[in-house]
Amino acid sequence: MSAHKATAWGYLPVIDAESAPFWAGAQRHKFLFRHCNHCGRNHFYPRHACPACWSDNCEWRAAAGTGRVFSYTVIHQNDNLPFRDVLPYIVALIDLSEGIRVTTNIVECTPETVHVGMPVEVVYEAITDTVTLPQFRPALRAAS
Amino acid sequence: MAQRICIVGIGESACGHVPDTTALQLHQQAAHAALTDAGLAPHDIDGLFSCGDDWTHPLQLAEYLGLHPAHIDSTQLGGASWEIFVAHAAAALQTGRCTAALLVHGSRARSDLRQQRRPDAWRAPRGPQQFESAYGLTLIGKFALAARRHMHEYGTTSRQLAAVAVTANRWAQRNPNAFHHGTPLRVEDALRSPMIADPLRRADCCLRTDGGGAVILTTEERARDLRRAPIFVLGAGEAVSHLHMSQWAEMPEMVAKDSARRAFEEAGIAPPDVDVLQVYDAFTIMVLLSLEAMGFCGRGESGWFVESGALAPGGALPTNTDGGALAANHPGVRGVLSQIEAVRQLRGEGGDRQVPDAQVAVCNGIGGYLSACGTVVLGR
Repeated sequence: MSAHKATAWGYLPVIDAESAPFWAGAQRHKFLFRHCNHCGRNHFYPRHACPACWSDNCEWRAAAGTGRVFSYTVIHQNDNLPFRDVLPYIVALIDLSEGIRVTTNIVECTPETVHVGMPVEVVYEAITDTVTLPQFRPALRAAS
Repeated sequence: MAQRICIVGIGESACGHVPDTTALQLHQQAAHAALTDAGLAPHDIDGLFSCGDDWTHPLQLAEYLGLHPAHIDSTQLGGASWEIFVAHAAAALQTGRCTAALLVHGSRARSDLRQQRRPDAWRAPRGPQQFESAYGLTLIGKFALAARRHMHEYGTTSRQLAAVAVTANRWAQRNPNAFHHGTPLRVEDALRSPMIADPLRRADCCLRTDGGGAVILTTEERARDLRRAPIFVLGAGEAVSHLHMSQWAEMPEMVAKDSARRAFEEAGIAPPDVDVLQVYDAFTIMVLLSLEAMGFCGRGESGWFVESGALAPGGALPTNTDGGALAANHPGVRGVLSQIEAVRQLRGEGGDRQVPDAQVAVCNGIGGYLSACGTVVLGR
């Protein structure tokens, strides 16, 4: 079950110049990250310039959408809507196949089965007209 | 050679649950107690070190206290600020930018708890936070991510986390001012406490108390005229790693490895030289990660190290000897209170919890979400 319900969205991302392409990509069911053409490194969250070499010769690329759980927690207490209505829920750090680490929810998964190293794949949930939230679920296909 | 810098005064405000006071009043109470301890008057203070919720805090505090400092520092790095202030104050005193430095903190962290937990406090996330907050990652959840990863890498157990809480509680039974004095905790109690953010339970989480603390530093030369025997700042170091958990490349290895290395090198000491340790323990996992990063035990060994009793009364490395944030007091941050307890131990004023012949004490402050560390080495 999703950690999100369209009840109280006061905490929705405030989309800005650096993040707008990411959220636009999510609407098209693409998970976009930044690739530096100068040093060859990938990074996420997206910055205009590369945080490793400070080159602004960076481009958006689409991730395969697969990865593994680096760590996770099951949240049992959160007074804030909408989260208090969906307790307990899973928040995880996922290492994507492209070598970037993202924070996300793991959905379609019970707290008893989530584990470090678990292969996951991206799914998308349309929250509003402008925000589609990428989340991850246990992989149906193996992570590359 | 640079002048040696020392702590010459310590003081605490009323603490625990004191709803009929303001946060500024708690600052003043603590500062007044520290001035009295040092034998100084308000007009002697020309350096002010404090941080709060916003940029007006240092101005508001100086105004409230009637101070006109020649040197002011409000570096805000969360729970690491206060140890980092010691490093900054030492540099300012050594270069003559001030002659007597006051570090002071005060908070109504307990009395204001209800107000701070109102449901609309979860604000729309701007900037990089938008990639974290939308997923409902709570403050305790951030620490839980590090705890879970440590469990995965090293086999650390919930029972070992509970041992940290129980050890703090044992020290609190020797401290009549501790919030949990008279309320013993057993490992079984801790393991049965409600889950907050798996694997962290309520017993893994700190107290929230009202209170304040103050420390006064000056030069060795100035200290000769003062009431109390000086406690020297032998070394200090600071380091930062990340703000958002996904950006902490070395998780769960905490950046205390750098702050402690810098502080220990400056002091010319090694971990076995430390008689008393004070580490910020807002969550039990912080103690485990500190022990490893600072080199008091090997990587992945901290759980067993704590279970062996090393941190407890009579152990090889007495730690958080007043009961810490888990069992004694926690007015929003620990920093100054860690230093006060370290000074008490070095002065031999520890009462029932005194570590025999304590010569060297280390304080480690942690700010943000295991993000920033400040380490201070103190000695007689």
